[in-house]
Amino acid sequence: MKSSTRAAMEPSGPLPGEGQNPDPADGLEVKTSELVGRSPGRLAWIRFKRDKVGILCAFTVLGFIVIALAAPLISKLYGKDPYQLYGQDRGLLNSYGTPLKPNGGIDGDFWFGLEPHLGRDVFTLLIYGIRTSLLIALAVTVVAVIIGVLVGLVQGYLGGRTDYFVGRFSDLMLSFPQQLFFIAFTPVIVALFVSPTDDEPTYVRVVALILVQLILGWMTIGRLIRAQVLSLREREFIEAARLSGASGWRIIRKELLPNIWSTVLVQSTLLLPVNVTAEAGLSYLGVGVHNPTPDWGLLFQSGATYYDSDLTFMFFPGIAMVVFVVAFNLLGDSVRDALDPKTVR
Amino acid sequence: MSENATSLVKQRGPASGSGGGGPLLEVTGLAKYFPINMGFLFKRHVGDVRAVDGIDFSVGRGETLGLVGESGCGKSTTGRLVTRLLEPTDGKIVYAGQDITHASRRTLAPIRSEIQMIFQDPYASLNPRQTVGDIIANPMVVNGIKPPGGVEHRVRELLETVGLNPEHYNRFPHEFSGGQRQRIGVARALGMEPKLIVADEPVSALDVSIQAQVVNLLQDLQRELDIAFLFIAHDLAIVRHFSQRIAVMYLGRIVEVGDRDSIYQRPRHPYTHALLSAVPEAVVEEEGEGRERIRLAGDVPSPVNPPSGCRFRTRCWKAQDKCAAETPPLVRIEGNREGHLTACHFPEEPTVAARGEDVVLDPALAAIEEATDTH
Ligand SMILES: Nc1ncnc2c1ncn2[C@@H]1O[C@H](COP(=O)(O)OP(=O)(O)OP(=O)(O)O)[C@@H](O)[C@H]1O
Ligand code: SF4
Ligand SMILES: [Mg+2]
Repeated sequence: MKSSTRAAMEPSGPLPGEGQNPDPADGLEVKTSELVGRSPGRLAWIRFKRDKVGILCAFTVLGFIVIALAAPLISKLYGKDPYQLYGQDRGLLNSYGTPLKPNGGIDGDFWFGLEPHLGRDVFTLLIYGIRTSLLIALAVTVVAVIIGVLVGLVQGYLGGRTDYFVGRFSDLMLSFPQQLFFIAFTPVIVALFVSPTDDEPTYVRVVALILVQLILGWMTIGRLIRAQVLSLREREFIEAARLSGASGWRIIRKELLPNIWSTVLVQSTLLLPVNVTAEAGLSYLGVGVHNPTPDWGLLFQSGATYYDSDLTFMFFPGIAMVVFVVAFNLLGDSVRDALDPKTVR
Repeated sequence: MSENATSLVKQRGPASGSGGGGPLLEVTGLAKYFPINMGFLFKRHVGDVRAVDGIDFSVGRGETLGLVGESGCGKSTTGRLVTRLLEPTDGKIVYAGQDITHASRRTLAPIRSEIQMIFQDPYASLNPRQTVGDIIANPMVVNGIKPPGGVEHRVRELLETVGLNPEHYNRFPHEFSGGQRQRIGVARALGMEPKLIVADEPVSALDVSIQAQVVNLLQDLQRELDIAFLFIAHDLAIVRHFSQRIAVMYLGRIVEVGDRDSIYQRPRHPYTHALLSAVPEAVVEEEGEGRERIRLAGDVPSPVNPPSGCRFRTRCWKAQDKCAAETPPLVRIEGNREGHLTACHFPEEPTVAARGEDVVLDPALAAIEEATDTH
């Protein structure tokens, strides 16, 4: 692509200072009078704003996050919490433990119905469940991305032996079967904090879950960042920075980091739903968060036991999960499209 | 443009006296071998790419030395060695009387700003995430240069000097054309008030119509600001009007060096003759009709395993046994003027006048020529 496209982009005799813009930002007309340039990030934002699906998904995702953060407030306004056994207390369950009312006990009081047997409120269970799963996944994603970026930067920038050994280590970690590892090691990590005979506080579970997912969570992004740094390192603007006498740390901070933000952003949006499903999966399998702490995965676990008597119970958590995963993945795609590397050269 | 440049002259302090009368840059026996390592897990050293293999040259204050040679002959490596982006394998680099061959980043710091570089690829040499203002200001900030009137004022001034609108301070590189980007690169180098600029094929990535503009800009700056240049190019056309002296490089070695007239009018080395014959007619029109035409057969040999003796012998039409046995030294051979050095056992006549017949060494090329002539 080298000379031909370049030659084509070159206006014949660019008059200095005329504000001629052979703007390569495909079709984004930049007014010639505007003298404050548009950063690649701003151009991406402009492009993103025109993507209707992306905007819709962004609002959906934002909705989930708001629900997760505001769960206590919502449940207060709604007047119920996820721990009360409303069904049992108010006699809304039959002798088999299924809700008396049709459709899983949905009515004006219990919007999403009641949980069979225990009789907890499904709506609050769901919003608190989303809260638990999302916060754990968010913690995993943020820390995994930070570790991945650091490892990738070190590998890519230092190269040589460091790159080789860290690379082999990350290969090793990648070769572990994730689910098996999680199932096998979550109890081990929990046991590190509390002895199996003691009562374990909820936060220990949460920390253990975060740790175990972190251990296998940083490699993919680390590799991507490494590859990107390797290619950036060869760019002449890095050499120009070295020529000016800039320290290695300054080069990483000022020259490399700003150029990998887009990768970080795209990877994070794609990683978060994966981590949410992974966390829900672990709880579903019984190695994640335990009852009575509300959790998205636990809802599926109980749903699976009730599905023949009360299918409605699974309906809302299931729909919510599908919407969440689809919205996040579409958002990830939109973000990637908006950050099209054509303008991020 | 030149008025702007003159205004800059005033800001430059008196020429720093260190080194006194000697050349600004003196390079002796400079070599760079890139090791080739092979094998899985345990890498074995199996050989070297001898990118630069023992070269000597010097650049005087305010002088322009053109460094010319085919692709892959080690020009960029030489430039990166001089600017200390690469660590030399052997040899010595003396800048203004100070040995900087293996100087660390810290010891280099005081003279770091004096040796700058203009890069070949205007699309890779500017950070796409920084504004033009930041790109030009960053080196000043790193070096603690505090120009009178502030950094931003100085950046705007520099933009004007290189023929850009100072209002473009806040724009991003992707909003500029290749030629404009290259001007930004020039401004970045100028901000450091360099005494030596290594320009590594600064125009070869640009459209032909813009090349002349950028070369003219560099030439103006060189004259106005008295900056020494190591101007790297792959053909003799670009450096012709710009360089006082020219060094011709082949496969990691300098084969001929001399002032402009010696190289263009009285070349002795067969390789220089070949390069000159590739210069478009328009540039050498003074030489008149019937210029010799030389087509070099084959490829440049691999720098991993260069030919013994004279490295040009595999493609030279005058090669004899001696050329394989003995490496010709780079010396002032008989018939050369002062300062004109040639590394050849059997040099050509010091002329560019027409030869009796074309030297066409590649039969395939000859056939193509014939075919096109008949059409
Ligand atoms: N980092 C490196 N590692 C290994 N080999 C290298 C490296 N850099 C350059 N070389 C080799 O050194 C030789 C000289 O390269 P160099 O870039 O100096 O050539 P050049 O004269 O600048 O060519 P061009 O006109 O194409 O820019 C080439 O054979 C190249 O493959
Ligand atoms: S030394 Fe021999 S091979 Fe080399 S350029 Fe001269 S004549 Fe040709
Ligand atoms: Mg080069």
